[in-house]
Amino acid sequence: MTLAPDLAAPPARALDTPVLEIDNLVLAYKDDEAFHPVVHGVSFQVRPGEVVALVGESGSGKTTTAQAVIGLLAENGRLESGAIRLNGTDISTWSRRQLDAIRGSKISLIPQDPTSSLNPVKTIGDQVGEILKIHGRGDKKAIEARVIELLARVGLSRPELRARQYPHELSGGMRQRVLIAIAIALEPALIIADEPTSALDVTVQKRILDLIDDLRREFGTAVLLVTHDLGVAADRSNHLVVLQGGRIQEQGPTAQVLAAPRSPYTRKLLTDAPSLTKAQRPSKGKSTSAASDEYSIVVEDLVQDFSLGSGREKFRAVDGVSFKVRKGSTHAIVGESGSGKTTTARSVVAFQKPTSGRILVDGIDVTTLHGESLRQFRKKIQLVYQNPFGSLDPLQSVFQIIEEPLLNFGQIARKDRARKVHDILGRVGLPQSVLTRKPRALSGGQRQRVAIARALVLDPQVLVLDEAVSALDVTVQAQILNLLDELQQVLGLTYLFISHDLAVVRQISDTVSVLRNGRLVDSGTVEDVFLRPGSEYTRELIEAIPGTKTLSHA
Amino acid sequence: MSRYLIGRIGQAVIVLWAAFTVSFILLQALPGDAILIKFLNPELGLGPEQIADIRASYAVDTPIWTQYAHSLGNFLTGNFGYSVHAGVPVSHVLLANLPSTLRLATFGFLIAALLAVAISFLSTLIGFSWIRAVIQSLPALFISVPVFWLGIMLIQIFSFQLKLIPVINPGEWEALILPVAALALPISAPLAQVLMRNIDHVLTEPFVAVARAKGATRSWVLWRHVTRNALLPTLTIAGILFGELLAGAVVTEAVFGLNGIGSVTQQAVGNQDIAVLQAIVVFSATAFVIINLVVDLLYPVFDPRLRSKREASA
Amino acid sequence: MTTFDTTERTLLQPEGGFLGKVSAALPFRRQAEAKSWSHRLKGAQIGLVLAWFMIAIAILWAVFPELFTSHSGTVGVAGTQLRAPSAAHWLGTDALGRDVFARIIYGAVNSLSGAFVSVTVGLLFGTALGLIAGSVRGMIGDVIMRIVDVLLSIPNLLLSLTIIILLGFGTINAAIAVGITSVASFARLARSEVVRVRNSDYVEAAFGSGGTFGRVLLRHILPNSLTSVIALAALQFGSAILAISTLGFLGYGAPPPTPEWGLLIAEGRNYIARAWWLTAVPGFVVILVVLSANRISQSFGKVRT
Repeated sequence: MTLAPDLAAPPARALDTPVLEIDNLVLAYKDDEAFHPVVHGVSFQVRPGEVVALVGESGSGKTTTAQAVIGLLAENGRLESGAIRLNGTDISTWSRRQLDAIRGSKISLIPQDPTSSLNPVKTIGDQVGEILKIHGRGDKKAIEARVIELLARVGLSRPELRARQYPHELSGGMRQRVLIAIAIALEPALIIADEPTSALDVTVQKRILDLIDDLRREFGTAVLLVTHDLGVAADRSNHLVVLQGGRIQEQGPTAQVLAAPRSPYTRKLLTDAPSLTKAQRPSKGKSTSAASDEYSIVVEDLVQDFSLGSGREKFRAVDGVSFKVRKGSTHAIVGESGSGKTTTARSVVAFQKPTSGRILVDGIDVTTLHGESLRQFRKKIQLVYQNPFGSLDPLQSVFQIIEEPLLNFGQIARKDRARKVHDILGRVGLPQSVLTRKPRALSGGQRQRVAIARALVLDPQVLVLDEAVSALDVTVQAQILNLLDELQQVLGLTYLFISHDLAVVRQISDTVSVLRNGRLVDSGTVEDVFLRPGSEYTRELIEAIPGTKTLSHA
Repeated sequence: MSRYLIGRIGQAVIVLWAAFTVSFILLQALPGDAILIKFLNPELGLGPEQIADIRASYAVDTPIWTQYAHSLGNFLTGNFGYSVHAGVPVSHVLLANLPSTLRLATFGFLIAALLAVAISFLSTLIGFSWIRAVIQSLPALFISVPVFWLGIMLIQIFSFQLKLIPVINPGEWEALILPVAALALPISAPLAQVLMRNIDHVLTEPFVAVARAKGATRSWVLWRHVTRNALLPTLTIAGILFGELLAGAVVTEAVFGLNGIGSVTQQAVGNQDIAVLQAIVVFSATAFVIINLVVDLLYPVFDPRLRSKREASA
Repeated sequence: MTTFDTTERTLLQPEGGFLGKVSAALPFRRQAEAKSWSHRLKGAQIGLVLAWFMIAIAILWAVFPELFTSHSGTVGVAGTQLRAPSAAHWLGTDALGRDVFARIIYGAVNSLSGAFVSVTVGLLFGTALGLIAGSVRGMIGDVIMRIVDVLLSIPNLLLSLTIIILLGFGTINAAIAVGITSVASFARLARSEVVRVRNSDYVEAAFGSGGTFGRVLLRHILPNSLTSVIALAALQFGSAILAISTLGFLGYGAPPPTPEWGLLIAEGRNYIARAWWLTAVPGFVVILVVLSANRISQSFGKVRT
């Protein structure tokens, strides 16, 4: 909201020289003997004080472009042609030594993953002070004082203590603040923020993005924001550059691009991005009434303790959670990391015995099952994992993967098995040609389809989807969500959908439970929870969904 | 901390006890009375009193359990029995030979460590691709070279061909050069391989990229960020390296005709001198366990991440 | 109907986040080489082909020694002692007038069969112990791993000497002794691989789709953990040749006049001032075979020990 005037009136573009000017940039990676271009003639500008968002899916070339700007292109990558002008000077031909001098002082970086972006064996103070030391800013004492000042500026409490601590003693959000402190230390003209919040929880993400906004305005620094999240780009940028396959699909003032996208790809991205679509899927909402009154899943007062190490100390991951899911509907469990959502899901599919509480799936008390009865129960409920790279055996072919559950249960003739596998493959929208392939020859989306096919081949009634679309690109994610929707309608499946992404949840589920630190803080229909949140925490979560600002202004 | 320490020491003691038991079963329990026949050999010139003494020290006339308890008690009090070959207490044999082997092993280790560090850092820093390729393939070559053959080759080249180091009556330090080289080269290989792998791994860590983005030069990043993180995991192979050093000493001393634990070991095997061999086995197991214990306790000093973990678990 | 995913086709570009790429982007040359792996593959493949070639030759020497030389491996010819390499004797002759090349060829069978025996011993016992320790939780697994710890605490050479004293001298006994010293590393690797695979999502998914323990073990855990074990076996083949030749050199392996490679070097040692070829050449052969075994091991993938 504070941002609104800024967004409405970006700095007069025509007047001053751009901080960064990318001119017909062609970048290539060496593969085998030859260089293959991956960025084909990209041009854009970043003006002082402006935020330019570089948006695209994986393989779009957004990261490669950003690397070239800061002079850290892979050694097997090279600049084929074009210019990178920083304040009017072409730096693309500069030597390593010249680039070292401007890195950190003129251009700096806020990296993606705060957990591994700080050296684990050096103190926070050392690592913030390092950038000052490299560029020779003051003696030891002056640097120490400036470090404390910087840590305080990025909103860290007790900066003197933080300076003495090691990275592992800080939370993810705090580490990202430290990295921001490093990036702003020399008040550079340009900050490259590479997916600066992708690894963070949504509420932390909002605070970090707010901080970057504040600092940018205070120092007048320009920001090149690299992101896959159109919602983040929509909220935080003045100017939007949409990349696909190394080419610019469209660029222009953010509001303009969002309101009237010209390229079909941008339009597709906009419809596929859950955070920018307020509408629920047509099948949703109505289906609540259509779903039967029977409950497919009933969880009562679920408690799950884990012992910490060898000691008798206990950690309570789930603390008295209850919910019910109607047959044929989708129930979402949302929460940030450590909320106990995945633990709950694993208890429901009987991968672990709850400490106490009752779980009924299709009327069967899951907690009492063991041995053969548990094995037979597996036919009713299946889990789809977040990471389609880890959930498929790398040595098996797609056919073997999908066939395996059939082999586990009873005597089905080889011909019938093959037919069943072929049927289910068509159902999940994969061509028969993939049957002989190994998982590594498939794309992420294809793998997740195989995982869904494996889950469906036993004709289960319930599918538990543990962050099943979180690792996928937005357009692929939309395709998988469509597939799930369609399968539910045709097969009458019940979904338990575990996610951290409220935008997706809003789109596809009928009912929601919100978890925080193992406790249920809110539940009800999607409409109830999103429009009339029952707790302060839920409200905070909803407000933190990126893209909401744009929507409220549009 | 103290709870962790006690647990860790307890574990070490159990491993040692088990190592003693294994060596006892392998060496003493099976031959039984047979070894004592050797003591009766008139060539050894032992008097009846001494033989009675030895019999008592082995507790030969008692059941195997008593022998075991007796032998364990003896080891705990530093009494390792008598050498069949030399007719003197094993502890004397070991003490007399320990210093020269320690000297050889220490220099061998230092040179190996230097060589490993040089190989791994040069292979990262050097720009010419063919020189780098050569340096990188050195560890694979070193690890394939038989130590005894290397020793002989060194003698042939430096003593016979180049006549740089005299074969007969070399000076005290001169005599060490070739053995140390023969010992160090193969041992540097696993160390260099681990180091190179670690450096490669650390270079892909995001914090290295962040340091580069701060404007740090390549060498700044290498010395201030990569080195410590890459050296840390090499501590874990310290115990294995000790074993390699000891094995290397056996072979090197045999090739160069040096006195030391290695040559004692070789003679003990040749003479079926069980008591000596068992003492050496238990001694080296002890050294192995102590080295690993020290490494474990030192780790938190170098790696802050382990400090809080241990404190939390203690 | 859903369409086949077209938008997710990846480019021929290294994937990963910015930092994944930036770090690869470091101007450290080794990184760059790792990137252009396909380029490197070509050079590396030549090495691999040569390695297999060397091993094949060594195996042929062991099986059909007479095809490679007309000289005897054990009987010398009077009057041809200590001849330097020549057309008649490619690698010269030793002090008893025996052809060195013939002795190396006839020695292959001792070194290779010895290495084969010791790898088999280590592979069978070690992998079995590791599999049990990794798949059965609780006491049994713990006890096995403590035993492995004890085996590891005794230096390999000492352990094999101890076992040799027990079994007596000889090629096969030396091979068994060397094999026993490798049991601990096989057990450790097999256990850690089983644990790694066991914790993977696909194994859980296999249980989740109704797989029984036995089926999941056979279908997923075994095949996926054995790759590394096989790589270690190849590596161990090289170190076994080294260890056996060391024992032969020390005089605990095959008795003379058996043409064992380590023994060949030991015998030549007395003539280093006059006949360099007696020691140098067998050593080079050992190095080549060990290098080849290690290279082949590498091609099976990274061994985590």
